[in-house]
Amino acid sequence: MLLSFDNVTKTFPNGTLALDRVNLSIASGEFVSLVGPSGCGKSTALRLIAGLIEPSAGKVAWTHAKPSVGFVFQDAALMPWATVAKNVRLPLELTRKDDAEADRRVADTLELVGLTKFANAYPRELSGGMRMRVSIARALATDASVLLMDEPFAALDELTRDRLNDELRELWAVKNLTIVFVTHSVYESVYLSSRVIAMSQRPGRVIADIAMTEPKTRTRDFRMTTAYGERCRDVRSALQRELATP
Amino acid sequence: MSRERIWGYGLPALVAVATMGFWEWIVYALDIKHFVLPAPSAIAAAAIESWGSLMDATWVTIRVTVIAFVLALIFGIAFATLFAQSRTIERALFPYAVTLQVTPVVAIAPLILIWVGPDNAERAVLILATIVAFFPILANATLGLRSADRQLHELFDLYGASRWQRLIRLQFPAALPNILTGMKISGGLALIGAVVAEFAAGSGTSTGLAWVILQAGFNLKVAKAFAALGLLAAIGITIYALLSLLERHALKHWHESARPPE
Ligand SMILES: Nc1ncnc2c1ncn2[C@@H]1O[C@H](COP(=O)(O)OP(=O)(O)OP(=O)(O)O)[C@@H](O)[C@H]1O
Ligand SMILES: [Mg+2]
Repeated sequence: MLLSFDNVTKTFPNGTLALDRVNLSIASGEFVSLVGPSGCGKSTALRLIAGLIEPSAGKVAWTHAKPSVGFVFQDAALMPWATVAKNVRLPLELTRKDDAEADRRVADTLELVGLTKFANAYPRELSGGMRMRVSIARALATDASVLLMDEPFAALDELTRDRLNDELRELWAVKNLTIVFVTHSVYESVYLSSRVIAMSQRPGRVIADIAMTEPKTRTRDFRMTTAYGERCRDVRSALQRELATP
Repeated sequence: MSRERIWGYGLPALVAVATMGFWEWIVYALDIKHFVLPAPSAIAAAAIESWGSLMDATWVTIRVTVIAFVLALIFGIAFATLFAQSRTIERALFPYAVTLQVTPVVAIAPLILIWVGPDNAERAVLILATIVAFFPILANATLGLRSADRQLHELFDLYGASRWQRLIRLQFPAALPNILTGMKISGGLALIGAVVAEFAAGSGTSTGLAWVILQAGFNLKVAKAFAALGLLAAIGITIYALLSLLERHALKHWHESARPPE
């Protein structure tokens, strides 16, 4: 086990109860997707894992020491005034890595996401898909072993999204990452992950936890299989049952 | 040069030439007295005649304006940085900044003059011009320092950024467009402040262009007053042009306002 939520409750200062006694655990190397209706607390759960906010009650516990965590935001959240290389370098500078080390890691991660040629471009010169790759490179620059992604591909067109989905699967496998991925899309969650967690309307609770570790390597053909279709239906019906209850 | 730019410079130049021509003509045609409205040629002659004293006065005005602008920039950004650290500090101090801004500079001029001593009129003018130029930088920089993207702030949280790192790497760059806007407004205001303050406080030891205009008016040397006025306008335009250039250069890679036309 990598980390667990023990009865985690989050109430915001304005009284909004976002998460209500959530229990879940995530194992090292899993690719977990969180799906659920808008406002159910998915982003809140990610921010709790990242340690950006603290639970109001209960505990977010890491089994061993908290590893290096990378965060990918919905609209890439790049610094528009800095080049691609400088954006990727930011976490390294904030954590005070020495220059040579930082140079090497920036080069490595840019290569990993296929953006070496764009190191000196500014974000506005890039397409949405490329910006997202920069954001992923930035999250991985510190050698993060856990990647938290909040609807990263929601704003992209479908073809770009499919391609980035494949690239992300590959990255996950190659780098042995643990990924927690928030999405609105049932199809995306089933295609990508080894486990889909469906959440109720606010306050968020876990209403379904659907594992799907096979197949390991997934191509476009996987979308045509019955296993894929069945899983999509499972997740969808869990969400619909939830939406039907007032 | 693109057609766009030729029009950008050519059209105003054409207007200037036409206006001068018409002005010259109307002064002679209607036989307007030189102390009411001097012809452009008379203004040019007056400018050449008093070139030395005009240049001295221009230099004084430029110096006061530039120093006041730089002081306003330093104080404006320093206080904005302070305000950006805490809403409490901002709430406590901002009303005083506003008070300073809305109080007419002419009204505080005598006080400042008394405090610095009447022999230091130029220093009084400098202080007054700084007060006039201070607020737009403060207000714009404060807004800018607070306007950095929330997700970028969270990214800085994630990596445990210090307050200083956040200020230098996130808040200042994010505030740059606002600061530059404030600078463009303040540049013009510093000049206005320098002139108005000299009118109000500049008796005797101060010798900028405003004083030249007052003196020339007393002596009915209207052509010289016009020459000084022309120089003031030239200073104002130069300041604006330089700051616009700086703005375009600083933002060219990333800000929408600096995007080249498609
Ligand atoms: N800082 C905050 N202060 C107060 N309420 C908040 C705050 N952050 C989130 N909320 C509220 O908590 C609830 C859960 O928010 P959260 O952003 O986690 O939802 P989400 O599942 O990510 O939604 P979406 O799919 O729309 O992104 C929402 O009702 C939201 O309005
Ligand atoms: Mg969200």
